[in-house]
Amino acid sequence: MNAIWQYANPKKFIDTSERLLPWVAGLAALCLGVGLIWGYFLTPDAERFGATVKIIYLHVPAAMMAISAWFMMLVASLIWIIRRHHVSALAARAAAPVGAVMTVIGLVTGAIWGQPMWGTWWAWDPRLTSFLILFLFYLGYIALWAAIEDDDSAADLTSILCLVGSVFAVLSRYAVNFWNQGLHQGASLSLDKEENVADVFYIPLLVCIAGFVLLFVALVLMRTGTEIRARRMRVLLARERMK
Amino acid sequence: MMPDLGKYAVEVLASYGASIALIVALVVLSVARARRVRAELETVEKRSRQDG
Repeated sequence: MNAIWQYANPKKFIDTSERLLPWVAGLAALCLGVGLIWGYFLTPDAERFGATVKIIYLHVPAAMMAISAWFMMLVASLIWIIRRHHVSALAARAAAPVGAVMTVIGLVTGAIWGQPMWGTWWAWDPRLTSFLILFLFYLGYIALWAAIEDDDSAADLTSILCLVGSVFAVLSRYAVNFWNQGLHQGASLSLDKEENVADVFYIPLLVCIAGFVLLFVALVLMRTGTEIRARRMRVLLARERMK
Repeated sequence: MMPDLGKYAVEVLASYGASIALIVALVVLSVARARRVRAELETVEKRSRQDG
């Protein structure tokens, strides 16, 4: 267990992440390329959705990552609150714009898909509304980091915001089960095989999900390294000003 | 080998176009910031070493 805490050392984190990054980024590009080409060109239309079923390869992975990114930020924020490791707070900060973009992709592709299927771009359905509020939390989280000059205070306040926002991350995932109402269907993927989409769509969808997960990991590794360097630069500049 | 998207061509192409544009923008901005911050830090560290 002690092994993981060695990455709380910024230098160790940067050294390790720079060794991993080319492999993770390469695998992400490969999975996204294969998954999207497979899904777009080589899968048939679905009986119920027609050609719009091809949107699933973007909508489902993006929505999953939007919610998962917030949970990653929650874990990193809790580590900051409990153990005061700067790298974990900076990792949460680094993940937020990636999660926000995933949320936008989920919202945009959902609206575009919803129009022909439901006859409307948007409905105040529990799942959609929770997801929109999650997006607003992402914006608030990013803005709060940018608004506070002292890094430790910013990390404290954003960690609390992250705890509060987790309610909407949970609701985005489970609102369909909690309220059993609204336009949005249930999960496309499940441990219960009967609930899954048909195999012909399922396998390329899994490849796309792997691609989105790896893309997220690659971006967070790179962006955390950038945040660590930016923090060091702020410290050095502050020392210069004090001379 | 282009799939026939029928009456949903606009929806499917708009979804792919918007998503790929957002992902590419995110990657490009992240890489550009990483390079800029790395270069700026090197300058500041060099100056800091020279000043003792």
